[in-house]
Amino acid sequence: MSRSVLTRAALYVTLAVAAVVFLVPTFARPAPGFWPWHQPIRLGLDLQGGTHLLYSVDIDQAVDNTIDRQMQDVDRMLREEQVGAVSVEREGRTIHLRLANKDKRAQVEELVKGRFQGLVAVPQPDAEVGDLAYTLDQREVQRLHDNVQEQALKIIRNRIDQFGVSEPTVQAQGTDEIVVQLPGIQDPQRAKELIGRTALLEFKLVARGPEAGTVDHPGPNVVVVPGKSEKGRRAERVLVERRTLMTGDVLTDASVGQGAATEGMVVNFVLDGRGAKEFGEITSNNVGRQLAIILDGVVESAPVIEDPITGGRGLIRGRFDFAEAQDLANVLRNGALPAPLKLIEERTVGPTLGQDSIRKGVLSFVVGAVLVVLFMVVYYRGGGAIADAALLLNVLFLVGAFAAFGFTLSLPGIAGIVLTIGMAVDANVLILERIREELRLGKTARAAIEAGYERAWYAIRDSNVTTFCSGLILFQFGSGPVRGFAVTLCLGILTSLATGVFGTRVVYDFLTARRRLATVSV
Amino acid sequence: MKGDTGRAVTGGAARGAEPAVEHRFFELIPPGTRIDFVGLRFKMLLLSWTLIAFGLGWAYVRGINWGIDFAGGTMVHVKFAQPTPIGEVRTALQKPELGEALVQDVGRAGNEFQIRVRGAEKGGSGSVSDAIKTELREKFGEGSYDVLRVETVGPKVGKDLGRSATLAVLAATLVMGLYIALRFEVRFGIGAAIALLHDVLMTIGALAIAHMEFDLTTVAALLTVVGYSVHDTVIVSDRIRENMKKMRRDSLATVMNISINETLSRTLITSGTAILVTAALFVLGGPVIHSFAFALLVGFIVGTYSSIYVASPVVLYLEGRQARR
Repeated sequence: MSRSVLTRAALYVTLAVAAVVFLVPTFARPAPGFWPWHQPIRLGLDLQGGTHLLYSVDIDQAVDNTIDRQMQDVDRMLREEQVGAVSVEREGRTIHLRLANKDKRAQVEELVKGRFQGLVAVPQPDAEVGDLAYTLDQREVQRLHDNVQEQALKIIRNRIDQFGVSEPTVQAQGTDEIVVQLPGIQDPQRAKELIGRTALLEFKLVARGPEAGTVDHPGPNVVVVPGKSEKGRRAERVLVERRTLMTGDVLTDASVGQGAATEGMVVNFVLDGRGAKEFGEITSNNVGRQLAIILDGVVESAPVIEDPITGGRGLIRGRFDFAEAQDLANVLRNGALPAPLKLIEERTVGPTLGQDSIRKGVLSFVVGAVLVVLFMVVYYRGGGAIADAALLLNVLFLVGAFAAFGFTLSLPGIAGIVLTIGMAVDANVLILERIREELRLGKTARAAIEAGYERAWYAIRDSNVTTFCSGLILFQFGSGPVRGFAVTLCLGILTSLATGVFGTRVVYDFLTARRRLATVSV
Repeated sequence: MKGDTGRAVTGGAARGAEPAVEHRFFELIPPGTRIDFVGLRFKMLLLSWTLIAFGLGWAYVRGINWGIDFAGGTMVHVKFAQPTPIGEVRTALQKPELGEALVQDVGRAGNEFQIRVRGAEKGGSGSVSDAIKTELREKFGEGSYDVLRVETVGPKVGKDLGRSATLAVLAATLVMGLYIALRFEVRFGIGAAIALLHDVLMTIGALAIAHMEFDLTTVAALLTVVGYSVHDTVIVSDRIRENMKKMRRDSLATVMNISINETLSRTLITSGTAILVTAALFVLGGPVIHSFAFALLVGFIVGTYSSIYVASPVVLYLEGRQARR
């Protein structure tokens, strides 16, 4: 017997043993302590139940905010450099500079070019000589695109980690989307509020006196902000000064505290050095006035400043219940999102459906497998039996690969495994039919087997390459469970070739090497 | 090659010492079968495209049952403890704020329903899924049903998805055609691509007529059909190429007919096993992958047919054009 047969057989035995090692934790839970592998196959949310949320990051808004900031900076710089009267205006994403003194044009251009690398000049063919226009550099926009998603991802990840779900997934998808998967969560309401909140905290003074105006006719530097709505009552609207005194980025920590008897829970916050100084100044200068604490455009509370607060600590009273206070402290600790998030897709699967899907998937698998195995052995007898053995090995390898590489198994993935059974024997059918043909031509068993494998190979290769290609396209196109199906399909093709074509060949080589085979059962 | 019976008796001519071996195979299609596939091609052409026109016409008039993946909107999948008449579920949901709620019976026991409200979420704090749950609770009482699944998809996602799905299916068809063109000849590639388009259109028509939900997994099924239907085309084309070398005197039509007949049993068996497992998925796989399994089942059956009746005639037609030039 040739060494190569033994080597190949040993390879398959090793792979089979490895697959069993990887699969034991999935089917025998928990695996015994000495077992070298402990990770069971990861189930998709459609099988284990849970919530899938897809958010889109409003990057346009982030770009707009950046342009706003740049415009203010340009304005300030030009004032400081005293280049004379300049009007700075914004139109869409273009910043227009109009110079009163046209001779300063070159100087302004030089200044902007030197200090604002993120801005590029926009040619204005029919504008007046003294006009300049700038917009955000494409590379800068790109950098923003990359960063905003990453920042948002980091913040959401922190929020979710502190929310307390087992094995959550927070992932970037495409250039502006974020996928959040929460296994076991059936009622995603609270999670959605936690994630979707921008958590922009602002401190503004409540307007007073005649210049405040009324809610319907606010004064010139006054804005109307809705108050927190309470059960059964319409939200009160509050007139506050336009100017923001401080924002939440100076917070270093936030925690839940017990408020006075009737006010429920409160959120305590701690400020960093700069924040503590600012907060001290604000409170010293405005004793007796009301300070509005505004979260995402809603006044949470507006306490009266009784004494200057210089210790860098404060608290928000918002009549919270414990969960609300906990989530608010969470978002304040982790900072505001760089851009608003929009929930664009939400899928929740209950645990009963997941269980049911697994049961039905396994049942279809068993029935499909039995039908195919029976057909093969009835139709091709000996050759069919060998193909069936290869098929079982194929399933072992395929499922083993899921466990070993940590792929996620979804319901379409299970369907893909069932489908693989039906497709895997195709190669065997082609080979066996070809062997039959060669036998009819009068070849010996050994020669017929040789020719069968050789001639069938081209059709096998081509048909598998095409299916593999469609699997790749599907992977590119799909997401979530559909991707799981694409992975199974492609992986199934590889294991099918390994077992159905090369694996069965080992058996035939073994049979023909030993003795002169007069007949072959096909 | 041209044995006329199911068994071939060989005397081992090269090795006279060996005993004669008689092969008896269990055969679906005995060798020497001569069905005139090529002669039937115009009738089949008419039949195919009539069916496709009918299916697409149906889809146009009655509409495709778009899942919320494409249409955008909200889907709630509920299971009642007791069998419940679908009419009662419908009346419970006849509320202006729910618009046109689509209720579909998806289980076999008459107690599982999919409720779909298409279109964007209307403004306001209460979501559509909550409204559906509220209405059901009021009508049937808490605990009489179980919410299995809730899905909400924004309208923009749906629109993007429709475009990328069409693109993916077309790209796959093109890649298949190109591969076949490279491996065989350009006209085989064209034949394969047209056959695949035929399969996809036929499957879409069948989905419309059966009122099956068209969602993300349905597209996955279509792509799989595109990838798998080429199998048979490859098998037949491979044999045609082989026989063209052997039978230089015969016309392409004859070679084609012989090749199709010779490979008929393996075409039927390879597709047959795939159809077998897909049927198992369709019958036993449950409501979540029902339309997925349906599309696969129809696509595989049509795909087998098309590799014989669509791909080869196209090659023959292109051959005719070449000859006339």
